[in-house]
Amino acid sequence: MYRETAIVNESEVTGDLVINMGPQHPATHGVLHLVVHINGETIRKVEPHLGYIHRSIEKMSESLSYRQFIYVTSRMDYLSSHINNHACAMCVEKGLQVEVPPRAQYIRVIMDELTRIASHTLWWGAMAMDVGALTPFFLAFREREMINDIMEETCGARLTMNYMVPGGVMYDLHPLFQQRVKEFIKHFRSKIDEYDELVTGNIIFQNRMKGVGILTKEDAVSYGCSGPTARGSGVSCDIRKLYPYEVYDKVQFDEPLETAGDSFARYLVRLQELRQSMSILEQLIDDIPEGDIQAKTKAVLKLPKGEFYTRAETARGELGVYIVSEGGTTPYRIKYRSPGFSNLSALDHMARGGKIGDLVAMMGTLDLVIPDIDR
Amino acid sequence: MPSLEHIANLVHDWLNAQFSPGLALFFEFFIIGVLIIGLFSILGLVLIMMERKVSAWMQLRLGPNRVGPKGMFQTVADTVKLIVKEGMTPDGVDKLLFNLAPFIVMIVAMVIMAPLMFAKNFQIWDINIGVFFITAISSLSVIGILMAGWASNNKYSLLGAMRSGAQIVSYELSAGFALLTIVILTGDLKISAIVNAQSDGWWIFKGHLPVWIAFVIFMIAVTAETNRAPFDMAEAESELTAGFHTEYSGMKFALFFLAEYVNIFVVCALGATLFLGGWQPLHFGTGTGFNRVMDYIPSSIWFAGKTFFLIFVIMWFRWTFPRLRIDQLLNLEWKYLLPISMFNLLLATLITIMGWHF
Amino acid sequence: MAFLKKYFSNIFQAIRSLTTGMRITAGYALRHGKEKITQQYPDNKKTLVLPERFRGEVVLTHDENNEHACTGCTACELACPNGTIKIITKFDVSPEGKKKKALDTFIYHLELCTMCNLCIEACPTNAIRMAQTFEHSVFDRNKLTKKLNNPGSKIREGVE
Ligand code: SF4
Ligand code: SF4
Repeated sequence: MYRETAIVNESEVTGDLVINMGPQHPATHGVLHLVVHINGETIRKVEPHLGYIHRSIEKMSESLSYRQFIYVTSRMDYLSSHINNHACAMCVEKGLQVEVPPRAQYIRVIMDELTRIASHTLWWGAMAMDVGALTPFFLAFREREMINDIMEETCGARLTMNYMVPGGVMYDLHPLFQQRVKEFIKHFRSKIDEYDELVTGNIIFQNRMKGVGILTKEDAVSYGCSGPTARGSGVSCDIRKLYPYEVYDKVQFDEPLETAGDSFARYLVRLQELRQSMSILEQLIDDIPEGDIQAKTKAVLKLPKGEFYTRAETARGELGVYIVSEGGTTPYRIKYRSPGFSNLSALDHMARGGKIGDLVAMMGTLDLVIPDIDR
Repeated sequence: MPSLEHIANLVHDWLNAQFSPGLALFFEFFIIGVLIIGLFSILGLVLIMMERKVSAWMQLRLGPNRVGPKGMFQTVADTVKLIVKEGMTPDGVDKLLFNLAPFIVMIVAMVIMAPLMFAKNFQIWDINIGVFFITAISSLSVIGILMAGWASNNKYSLLGAMRSGAQIVSYELSAGFALLTIVILTGDLKISAIVNAQSDGWWIFKGHLPVWIAFVIFMIAVTAETNRAPFDMAEAESELTAGFHTEYSGMKFALFFLAEYVNIFVVCALGATLFLGGWQPLHFGTGTGFNRVMDYIPSSIWFAGKTFFLIFVIMWFRWTFPRLRIDQLLNLEWKYLLPISMFNLLLATLITIMGWHF
Repeated sequence: MAFLKKYFSNIFQAIRSLTTGMRITAGYALRHGKEKITQQYPDNKKTLVLPERFRGEVVLTHDENNEHACTGCTACELACPNGTIKIITKFDVSPEGKKKKALDTFIYHLELCTMCNLCIEACPTNAIRMAQTFEHSVFDRNKLTKKLNNPGSKIREGVE
């Protein structure tokens, strides 16, 4: 009788070796904890354990005013903090029914795309580092540093800028901003081919990536994947195209899609997104309209009673912001739909049957940012 | 100018004049031991420094630049730190094997040095099966690695050690075949004979196609044998944290680290000896002024230069390529390198029999 | 035959792709020193210029007469999401005998500040601003709690 209720260690039954990857592990980029069941080198099962960096951002936001809660979201997906802030600001604006001035809209989109480039370049370096090439990491940092400098000049900070405020942006652009961005695009156009030569074309890299971590279109949809992860499986899910916000309906850009669904497909999607983001920047940077940078809002914001939901395309996928308001100055409930969480949930499915080396490559192409998963 | 050969002979003569032959031999052993250990520590310091600088150059960084002029003493400082660090033996490890493993790896690296020819007629032991001796001894280091991985009682270490075992055992084959190509061309296993056979041109020039293929295969195989990226399966820091030496710290870790670099030196020295003519200077044609200038450069410099060039190539690999996966690593060996090197061996035999080499 | 052709073309493609990568890293190695992405931080302290918008810490600006523009309205305290700022007010008595609220102590907890700039935005008189200092490490946490108004400072004439 006891036998049935006793907790049986699963690995004792199957004879698998259980290793803990993380929370301190070079490949988990933060404090993700993966319990990996392996048989030899072959992965049987992967269980992600979360909670190591839970800061209860959602609960915390309930005691902050509608101006204040935005800054905390920079700490979720810290690599696309502008886009997080943007999504929150849009949600508040939706509740307040304010119209953002065109100049602010342009600035916001430009900042979003710069953030996307910065995030993807860092991902590229970290991804290459995961599969064992260390030099690309530094090359990626060279480009990212240029964007960080641009951000620092205009927004005053390099990582957690808190530049988007309800109704617009915090300051006007720095006088040198446009020139700097153009310089950056020129520089990056010449360097991105080097990325291809050094990593994409490399036979070892291709062998590590191709046919690894296959996620079919159906699986991608059923796991709720979004962003480049889903687009690598052929799911068209770019919020910028499907539900354009700000000035995304005015610019021409493609949504890169790959159908293979393996790590290499996700890799290619991200590299193409870099090029698309650059073309968006090129289209916008020259005709930023003059005008206000902030709509007139009250000093103390009060959202009407109701529920508000907006979404934005971060560098990792679809970020949803859901605010329930009771009509007061602070939200009643806030929920973020973070892209990383859903993408991570597909990891177990992808990893089964692969090798330990594959697991690292898969995690690399999912582009996990742990604070985004855990919040 | 006193060459290394000259100094060695002087010491030998003086010792024999002072003591009985047996005692003189004993003193020579002692001197050689001290010199090898000295060479070891210097090699460790220089190669680690070189690796850091090379990686820094490739990665647009400066590299160590704080300790001493241009950061020259950084590795010395690191060594001091590792020496004073507590050499921990975690609970639950197999104490004997755990503590023995780094020394085995180290001793193996030391023993391989014996037949290497560092300069003209400057060699510890001109054993008549030199090449064979090196291949035989170098395969022993896998025992140390397996011991370390098993005794650590750590899953990562175990995985790393097993990978390393599979890898070293398989890559030894193609490395051996590549060496055999030269042995066939020379007709001798003795290192001094191989070097002397190259006095009218290095094998890489004389032996053309089969030697080129053998050289490429040799470089790939030794990179794998020394557990260097892109074949650093045993360590694979993004997969197995640090592989077989995860549990080691302090001086025991330093011994593994040192052994890795000394192994690189040994295999590169071997490559330089077999393919690039050892201490033989670069000659074009016969009796030209260029050749005479080349002869003025001491033979030890030639040897060191070639060796360090090959070491640079191996470092270059490391800082450029991603790591292979374990099954791809074995595929590469069994599906590509091994068949090719076997055919290459036939080709080399044919060329030797027909006398088609220059 | 087709198999052999594929086998060898695989090998050649592999070698080509590998040498392409090696060419790039070798190029960087040879040009080392011309292009560096790292900064020699403590050495370049003299030449390091941070953009004026850089947010390093909150300071209360004083002019040469040791006067500031803070009215003690506590708007910044309310705007701060982290409770970083504590304004202690007092009542100044003017010569006419009228009582007026004024700043007594401006307490700023640097250890709680996230440099979000909301307080600066909220201040109606632009009394506070962000300074570009960033070397904040100290041995004692208490040193991070700062009093921003200089001793003996008072509010500038005409600031309401
Ligand atoms: S910068 Fe932000 S956190 Fe710091 S004091 Fe001002 S409002 Fe508070
Ligand atoms: S600093 Fe500005 S906002 Fe804060 S109390 Fe003084 S006047 Fe008011």
